[in-house]
Amino acid sequence: MKYKTITQKDIDRLISICGKDNVLTGDRIHEDYSRDELAGIRQYPDAVVLPGNREEVAEVMKYAYEEHIPVTPRGQGTGLVGAAIAIEKGIMLSTERMKRILELDEANLTLTVEPGALLMEISEYVEKRDFFYPPDPGEKSASIGGNISTNAGGMRAVKYGVTRDFVRSLEAVLPSGEILRVGGKIVKDSSGYSLKDLLIGSEGTLAVITQAILKLLPLPKVAISLLVPFPDIETAVRAVPVIIKSKEIPTAIEYMERNVILSAEDYLGKKFPDNTSDAYLLLTFDGNSREEVEKTYERVAHVCLDAGALDVFISDTDERNESIWSARGAFLEAIKASTSEMDECDVVVPRNYVADFINYTKVVEKELKVRIASFGHAGDGNLHVYILKDEMPDKVFAKKLKKAFDMLYAKGEALGGHVSGEHGIGYAKKEYLARMNGETYMNLLRGIKKTFDPTGILNPGKVC
Amino acid sequence: MQITVCIKQVPGTSEVDIDEKTGVLKREGIDSKMNPYDLYAIETALRLKAEQGAKVNVLTMGPPQAEAVIREAYMMGADKGFLMTDKKFAGADVLATAYALSQGIRTLGDSDLLICGKMTTDGDTAQVGPEIAEYLQIPHVANVRRIHEINEKAIVVEMNMAESVEIQEVQLPCLITVEKDIYPPRLPSFKLKLKTAGRPVKNVTFKDLKDRNEMHYGLNGSPTQVLRIFPPEPNKTNEHWEGSGEALSKRLAEKLHELKFI
Repeated sequence: MKYKTITQKDIDRLISICGKDNVLTGDRIHEDYSRDELAGIRQYPDAVVLPGNREEVAEVMKYAYEEHIPVTPRGQGTGLVGAAIAIEKGIMLSTERMKRILELDEANLTLTVEPGALLMEISEYVEKRDFFYPPDPGEKSASIGGNISTNAGGMRAVKYGVTRDFVRSLEAVLPSGEILRVGGKIVKDSSGYSLKDLLIGSEGTLAVITQAILKLLPLPKVAISLLVPFPDIETAVRAVPVIIKSKEIPTAIEYMERNVILSAEDYLGKKFPDNTSDAYLLLTFDGNSREEVEKTYERVAHVCLDAGALDVFISDTDERNESIWSARGAFLEAIKASTSEMDECDVVVPRNYVADFINYTKVVEKELKVRIASFGHAGDGNLHVYILKDEMPDKVFAKKLKKAFDMLYAKGEALGGHVSGEHGIGYAKKEYLARMNGETYMNLLRGIKKTFDPTGILNPGKVC
Repeated sequence: MQITVCIKQVPGTSEVDIDEKTGVLKREGIDSKMNPYDLYAIETALRLKAEQGAKVNVLTMGPPQAEAVIREAYMMGADKGFLMTDKKFAGADVLATAYALSQGIRTLGDSDLLICGKMTTDGDTAQVGPEIAEYLQIPHVANVRRIHEINEKAIVVEMNMAESVEIQEVQLPCLITVEKDIYPPRLPSFKLKLKTAGRPVKNVTFKDLKDRNEMHYGLNGSPTQVLRIFPPEPNKTNEHWEGSGEALSKRLAEKLHELKFI
């Protein structure tokens, strides 16, 4: 699609809306705005605007709509699929200044926030007040707007669900500049099509989120983790469905291999509590009393031992949890630091096929002679598989990467899985979304996109 | 070789409220845990056990529920646990605690090495370890951050003196207090929990001690008294700066100079 190229007149108009300090052009555009965390693709927008409120967002969108200028919304740029890269240039609309926490409604158990509020700020704010926002993606410096736009998941999905399950209401600006409110501080809602659920996970292609009402829970008082060593990854992952079957649902079930733990130790410069086994499961249980949580975890500990665990290590204090979870939180960065470049497959499969999929990554690793590292949410079937470039020349890596992705996504599909568990489609995974879902499905997505954004100015080139 | 580790049960969180009138910690409803520094002491003992084939005792003084930290030490791999519990020990200050522990240690037979954590998170004095050694009239080294070697007669350790490191060879028996991170402490094992569930914890009471002068223990034996405990004023002053990265870094460097941090 052809878009208008930004002129000085357009810049002046944006300045009149957002103020001089909040419109960045030329050298004032920091390198961060040219990319997200997806490797290998960079594009500077012509202008970055930093609106301070919904009215300014609406004015910017209205003007861009009239002038046919592309707009790419951006939170903190921590995405992994290029969804926040201005591939058609034009305007980048960053919500970073709109970061207020507006209201904690204790009667309705909701929190009203602006999209730029960071995930870590939200958890700190609510937990101080004995409330709990369960979605727990690894990247705590992400913005809530970005989390909603990708339907971010995280580690507690096994018990609590994902971002979608904790959004009560959204306020968003449509490409035309009109303001839309969907949902509310309501628990039930059967009032027609759920536009709220359509906006969640739409990666900034349908509207710009300007406010969200999140659902909270009371904060569980006790959390205990179990670090369970296994002789090999296969035995570890085969234990997961058995744990789930035991009906004691942990908040998180993560799997990790020794080589990833060693990378994290190198990266953080501190030791993990145990690195003597080849594979581990990390389980967390929460509840309101130590006795209750101990009873639950003891039953699961027996299940693990019966399923071939070498032991079950108990992490029941802040210091112990910190020593484990700080390493777990650094896995992605640690793997990144261990190689020259990498790309990722964020596939999700039914939980009982996790072991089959992980075994298959070993097949791909051998067949293509490329190093593959993986870790992830064994409890919800969402795996993070990283294909590492190491010393490979660019062209060889590109070829192997494509082949590896083809093989992995095909396997994911064969096992009844989907392209992305929590990172989204963005720019990087479009081809695989289309391949896995077929023309009818993609046409429906394109139709929805056209209804929201008839002239295609909002985050063009993403998702469908 | 016999190694004895002194451990303590402390409040499970650092956010304990203090009753400002009585100066007493409000412990009701607060979870307790092993003093985090003691985990390093136990880990050090267990590493030496693996290398030297030692037996590891753990000793704690506290109310009956302090047995929990002994059970936890069993789950890490300690062999025998001793709980000094007696009303006569209650209300002890640093000196009286060290004295009672030194008396308790004498009942365990000859230990070649005593290991304590550097300090506790509820008392923060770091004095009990060295005072135990003084009462036992054995040498001690505080703030040990590395063990170079150990044999039947002596141990060579690295002592952290903040601005310098001192390497000392000390004759056994001796006492060391170990720094955080001397070794990463292992997590308690569920298998050992099952295995040690029936293992007894030996109670050591006033009657078991050699010195049975009540005036040497608890409140009676404490030359110091706590006049007042109060939460420190949290420092909430902050400055908010905005500007380009270059300008901000320059300003930050100036500020750090001004505050004499650099």
